[in-house]
Amino acid sequence: MTTADVEAVWRIESARIVAALTRFTGDFALAEDAAQEAVAEALVSWPVESPANPAGWLMATARRRAIDAIRRRTALRDRHVLLAADPVLVEDIDPDRIDDDILALMFISCHPVLSREARVALTLRVVGGLSSEQIARAFLVPVPTVQARITRAKKTIAAAGVPFELPPAGERRERLGGVLSVLYVIFTEGSTATSGDRLLRPDVAYEAIRLARTLAALQPDEPEVHGLLALCELTAARFPARTGPDGSPVLLADQDRRRWDLSAIHRGLAALVKASARGLGPYGLQAAIAAAHASARSVQETDWDRIVVLYEALGRVAPSPVVELNRAVAVAMASGPAPALAIVEELIALDRLPGSHLVPTVRGELLARLGRGPEARAELELAARLCTNERERSVLLRKAAALG
Amino acid sequence: MAKYMLIMRGTDASNAALMAGFEELAAQTYAYIEDLVKAGVFVAAEGLDDAARGVVVDFSGETPVVTDGPYGETKELFGGYFMLDVASKQEAVEWAKRIPSVTGSKIEVRRVAGDDELPEGIAAAAGAGSESNGRS
Repeated sequence: MTTADVEAVWRIESARIVAALTRFTGDFALAEDAAQEAVAEALVSWPVESPANPAGWLMATARRRAIDAIRRRTALRDRHVLLAADPVLVEDIDPDRIDDDILALMFISCHPVLSREARVALTLRVVGGLSSEQIARAFLVPVPTVQARITRAKKTIAAAGVPFELPPAGERRERLGGVLSVLYVIFTEGSTATSGDRLLRPDVAYEAIRLARTLAALQPDEPEVHGLLALCELTAARFPARTGPDGSPVLLADQDRRRWDLSAIHRGLAALVKASARGLGPYGLQAAIAAAHASARSVQETDWDRIVVLYEALGRVAPSPVVELNRAVAVAMASGPAPALAIVEELIALDRLPGSHLVPTVRGELLARLGRGPEARAELELAARLCTNERERSVLLRKAAALG
Repeated sequence: MAKYMLIMRGTDASNAALMAGFEELAAQTYAYIEDLVKAGVFVAAEGLDDAARGVVVDFSGETPVVTDGPYGETKELFGGYFMLDVASKQEAVEWAKRIPSVTGSKIEVRRVAGDDELPEGIAAAAGAGSESNGRS
């Protein structure tokens, strides 16, 4: 077995192992350390001799390391006696309980006491089964940074005394929102890379989709979970058409829609139906907007009036300047650039998106459509200066230059 | 990330064994699919009807010729598939190892090519073609 084989088994097993060990020991940090020790041992021993049952080997080894760690803690001597008396506890995973434990693992990894970076790193590591190296590669940060975030996160959870359990009913919805926002942060990092020389990092977006699917399977009665999944699937469906052969971005209007992933669109639309059960929330509304694009054969045939209405609804349930800006773009498509420019001017007057390249990008486009060339060019050049993605910047500069 | 098709290939003997223990295998397969769903990798799964009830449309001649029954003298018949969305080939293989199966059956693991990929050989031929055009 190669390193890649070990990683593959680990991807499938990590959440179950860490969840079961946390339940077993009551100590999330200890469970995570023990699981990491087991996978490190597997990386050494499996290439020499493959175990007959790799998943069972990992669980048994992780459990032994957890017991070793507890033995080292003399303060926990009583618990150790308890463990010795009941050695089969972890081998017999209760399928009903393990689902709740994996869910509890998601809640603890996305706990509000953690920084956003820590939540992202911890979720990818313990629920997604990614190594620190893989996370570092995905987020373009050094490996020690990721390791430090995870170490600190585990200390924070221990210091704050965060219990390993499902949040009480009263907090459940809000805490679930916290999990969804972590998954969405991971997805957007992959779908609109905020830095670096590539527009898309599909592998990062894939991790978010995979985790959203897991969450949807474990929380099937939560419409917003399906809303987030639908949004991710429908957005990712456009990935194959979003970049040209040289890696430069292709705008929605210019995309070859035959290249959209039909299978992903179908999955997204199916998730959207589940999201609509009790009226759409913020993720469901965004998914509905993505669905309106996914169902249209061209920009001209897109139901822009519906998209404007959906953005208005989104602006009410989840007000944000980015939503307002997107509403302006939809209004421009539905009713022309003049009313859209009014929305953008108001955003600028209130300074709602300071320093963002998106406002001058949209304003520049609208001014160009209104025939105000020199102003448009200045706006697009401003946008290029503010933009941190190399690929997007060069598109902005090309457009500015084309205005003469 | 890539989609993989796990193709189930059965022989007459393994198909007979499958039918003998069908109920148990079906229950195991549902549990397996549930695992795939919870792992976030499940895309689709379908099983095919008996190959004897199929037909083959053969394009060897000028017009397509339709014959009843299974394809040629094939020893292993395509009986169904799982479509997975996984991070690596190794992961697809690991899931393939866990498919509830009977002795003698085989699982073929094949990656689904992206729409921007040409099958191997064609890409090279296309490259060679443009080169010769350049010289002429």
